[in-house]
Amino acid sequence: MRLEPVANPTLLRQLGLPALALAATVLVAMGLALLAGANPFAVLGQILTGALGSRLAVLETLNRATPLIFTGLAVAVAFRAKLWNIGAEAQLYAGAIIAVLLGTGALGAPFVLPVSAAVALLAGAMLLLVPVLLKVRLGVDEVVTTLLLNFIMALFVSYLLEGPLKDPMGMGWPKSPALTPDARLPRIVDGLRLHWGFGIALIAAVIVWVVQTRTTLGFEMRAVGSNIRAARFAGMPVNAVLVKTALLSGGLAALAGWSEVAGAKGHLSLDLSPGFGYTGIIVAMLALLHPLGVVVTALFVAGVFVGADAMSRSAGVPTYIADMLLAVALLFMVLGIALTKVRVVRG
Amino acid sequence: MIEILISASFWAAVLRIASPLIFATMGELICERAGVLNLGIEGIMVIGAFAGWMAVYLGLPLWGGVAVAFCAGALFGLLHGVLVVPFGLSQHVVGLGVTMLATATAYFAYRLALPQVTTPPKIVPFQSWEVPVLSDIPLLGPALFAQTPLTYAAFACAGLVAFVLYRTPLGLAVRAAGENPAALEAQGVSVTGVRVGAVMVGSGLMAVGGSFLTLSAFSSFFFEMVNGRGWICIALVVFGAWRPGKAVLGALLFAGFDALQIRLQQTPIGAVVPYQLFLMLPYVLSILALVAMSRRAQVPAALMVPYAKGER
Amino acid sequence: MSPTKTEAEIVLRLDQITKRFGKLVANDAISLTLHRGEVLALLGENGAGKTTLMNILFGHYLADAGSVTAFGQPLPAGQPKAALAAGIGMVHQHFTLADQLTVLENITLGTESLWSFGRGRATALAKVQALSRDFGLAVDPHARIADLSVGERQRVEILKALYREARILILDEPTAVLTPQEAEALFQTLRLATARGLSVIFISHKLHEVMGHSDTCVVLRHGCVVGQVATRDTDRHALAAMMVGAEMAEATVAPGVPGPVRLSLRNVRAGPLREVTLDLRGGTITGLAGVSGNGQAALADLIGGGLLPEAGVMLVDGTALPKWSPRAAIAAGVGRIPEDRHKTGTVADFTLAENAVLETYATRFARAGFVDWAAVRRHTETLIAGYDVRCPGPEARIRLLSGGNMQKLILGRVMEEAPGILIANQPVRGLDVGAIAYVHGRLVAARDAGAAVLLISEDLDEVMGLSDVIHVISEGRLSPAFARGALTQGELGLWMAGHGFGQGLTDAA
Repeated sequence: MRLEPVANPTLLRQLGLPALALAATVLVAMGLALLAGANPFAVLGQILTGALGSRLAVLETLNRATPLIFTGLAVAVAFRAKLWNIGAEAQLYAGAIIAVLLGTGALGAPFVLPVSAAVALLAGAMLLLVPVLLKVRLGVDEVVTTLLLNFIMALFVSYLLEGPLKDPMGMGWPKSPALTPDARLPRIVDGLRLHWGFGIALIAAVIVWVVQTRTTLGFEMRAVGSNIRAARFAGMPVNAVLVKTALLSGGLAALAGWSEVAGAKGHLSLDLSPGFGYTGIIVAMLALLHPLGVVVTALFVAGVFVGADAMSRSAGVPTYIADMLLAVALLFMVLGIALTKVRVVRG
Repeated sequence: MIEILISASFWAAVLRIASPLIFATMGELICERAGVLNLGIEGIMVIGAFAGWMAVYLGLPLWGGVAVAFCAGALFGLLHGVLVVPFGLSQHVVGLGVTMLATATAYFAYRLALPQVTTPPKIVPFQSWEVPVLSDIPLLGPALFAQTPLTYAAFACAGLVAFVLYRTPLGLAVRAAGENPAALEAQGVSVTGVRVGAVMVGSGLMAVGGSFLTLSAFSSFFFEMVNGRGWICIALVVFGAWRPGKAVLGALLFAGFDALQIRLQQTPIGAVVPYQLFLMLPYVLSILALVAMSRRAQVPAALMVPYAKGER
Repeated sequence: MSPTKTEAEIVLRLDQITKRFGKLVANDAISLTLHRGEVLALLGENGAGKTTLMNILFGHYLADAGSVTAFGQPLPAGQPKAALAAGIGMVHQHFTLADQLTVLENITLGTESLWSFGRGRATALAKVQALSRDFGLAVDPHARIADLSVGERQRVEILKALYREARILILDEPTAVLTPQEAEALFQTLRLATARGLSVIFISHKLHEVMGHSDTCVVLRHGCVVGQVATRDTDRHALAAMMVGAEMAEATVAPGVPGPVRLSLRNVRAGPLREVTLDLRGGTITGLAGVSGNGQAALADLIGGGLLPEAGVMLVDGTALPKWSPRAAIAAGVGRIPEDRHKTGTVADFTLAENAVLETYATRFARAGFVDWAAVRRHTETLIAGYDVRCPGPEARIRLLSGGNMQKLILGRVMEEAPGILIANQPVRGLDVGAIAYVHGRLVAARDAGAAVLLISEDLDEVMGLSDVIHVISEGRLSPAFARGALTQGELGLWMAGHGFGQGLTDAA
């Protein structure tokens, strides 16, 4: 058995294989439902209605998608330049900390939101800068360092919430005081529980798309990611490009935490992110690292989570089915995409 | 400080903390010597911890649990190996995907088997086994020779890995697969076979490392009990310059700091310094280890380079 | 030489081997036979199908049709293991050795069951030492491959085959990486091997080797056997005519008109380069001859901005540039045709348009940080038309192009900037005859337009045919400049082997 490149993949191949990957994921879902002793079709139906079945469900899905768009963009930008930022989780918390620091009375309207967003962006950027500088200066692999920083950051947040940032009114729970109303993101439409974080996420996706396709920096990022030797030979400032990519990626991930605190939650707690940073990897990969695609896949992934939560309550299938399905979807999708470019032949 | 360092219980703890790290580090080392980065390690340790524990909970003997853990790990290793070796997919992305899948599978299965429990049920774990005569040596005896069988197995495993890697045709083939797979293929050995096999065995060892947590260190399965140990092992492989002996030393050094920080928390220092700072120590140390070893170690030349037969 | 070869036993028979890659027919019904004790030369231009044929024989590729018979037994297709077991040993053009393993480990790799403990090193060592002695292949069994010279590595490759009791040795372009003197030693080894009843196939496109060291010549062209002759019944001209067919026309290049010095190096040290002194003049092609891996890449990098001088002086148009980088080099008018067009010259996943502006996107096609893609597209269309790049269009991925068309796009990318200095590193490696002529023509045209051209090539014929001035590089040292025709091929070969350098240095001191 050998793989042979397909020079000009047909449209059927380009669309059919990813579709097949999704279909296979659905099959796995049904298998897991059977394993849990539930009716597979009922489980699928309940996931679907749980995610989209009512106005409340749709809003919940949109809200859940918001941080995923940010972390998905952060991963997509970094992975496009082959910068393996697995630390979106830590950068997210960096943004969340800033939202609390500046949003609990330090600044008033109208400055608090723009200033805290900018500082959050900067904080996330700085946090990723460390592993990236270690990579370009010393050749330290950024995968492990960014992963380890996630654990360090989680402990740091835990320290803050039990120490300096502890809410005196929190009845002993490790959570921060609530943000002042000025520091909260307003709702997009009055009466609908959807905050402007979602709008900002959409704008961010468009900006990232423009940067990647239209600017010299985007051209450099793609070249560095595709063939770093050719980029270096052509005279591109490879290290500077990696640093700029890191700043953008870290900043985007930080906005996820900032918008969760300033928009959704209103305070910081240890369970702010159920792994949004890691899920961002799935979002980005399913979108084939396309910034606008990230919006679509973030909605999909959020829908699976929200739907699975609802289904779990009624059908009794553990909610971890969502995590399993998304991991399966990720693996099937990378395989499916790879098979659009190569075919398996004998010999 | 000195008191801590001369106590037998401290050194016993060092060996205990190092054991799962040694298993998993050896597993990762085998994969990387064959040319495959296995970021599935974190999730594979979770599935090992779960599968080993579940098997014993369902009535298998303890060593049966270890075997089940090994097989579960090898299964996920097969998934990783097939996707990245013959298909040549990104080792980073697939590895992270395997970690997510293995972790989610363990959690899903746990909830499926035990839907209602709030306190995790316990099993009877490995008991410490005192080596006759040796364990009677003052200080050294209780420190080194009153461990559970799995700890002795960890060190035996490291020795075995070193022997196979450097003294047998199989080990030579694994090293060649990680240095220049074309050299291996030209001698009539299947690169795909060697690499996938190495990833399966390596993943099995990672899972055994995970099972140490539930079968020896604790007696139940908790969510998030692996807590980044897999990532630390990847750092240990780099720190050990891809050599089994050095990697074991690294694991011991690392376990030493970990055991120390736990004890320092009980001292007057611990009253002043927040405990989170102590808990950060292992992760900070791992990063420092990577920085210290940067550009010094001899990285396997074909690490993360997919091999396609007959590529022109 | 073997006696009458028809009487000798047939050890290997290829029958009607056909292999297609897409539309290209790499091997078209090729048949040949090899006899015991025979040296068979497989001769042909680049791309004639020689390497493909040997890869099929060795099981790396699967033929679309045809069969292989070794020692009377049919050889199962597509299994290197079966070929090894049948006593066929192959020495690849690019060595298949693991650098961090020792010579002994490389040789014994895969020779014992993976599930055994091995027979022990002593036995293996004794066998390797005996083979070294018998075949004149001196090499330290305990040395790591990384520490060996290219010639020694080739000896390890041959030892690998002999250790496995190979009765047929196949060598793919074995002398491409050797000095003429090392090549002579290799042929000595092959004579020892045939005297012991082994048979040899060596692949080459060098006529003098084939004439000097083979019993039979098989000539391939465009994937077909165009002739099989006993070497003693033929001569170089007849073989050359068979190799290139009717297209045989030795183009002679008129000498250039030397202009001012555009770039000069004075006692420069950088990476492996030692005290290099070099002048590149406008209107001149300066050829750099040398065996691969003697500092050519470093010299190209140095002038191209990828390597900084550690000592000595580098002047571009008479001035020292304060900051040297690829970007500074491009700005100073240095055009660079890289050695490896796939790995450094192009980004495979990018379109032709994107590849066409890899060096100029920021200077010529950007406004306020935004790329003017419409202008890029127009520019690429000009290049495609002006440099005869056969492709679906500017938006096609460059990975779909053949090597020749890829090289033409790179050529266009560089030439359109009208470089004053042009570094062409192995510009025709792996190209077909038509593309080679095109690239050479463009290099000469650039020279005639006043550029200082540095032509780096391992093919001595190419260097001698195009250059106005020739330098030889060996172990990072540069020979003095020799005018065209001043030295014979043999004399240049001695310089390539490192002779003459020490003397030159004492003279200078």
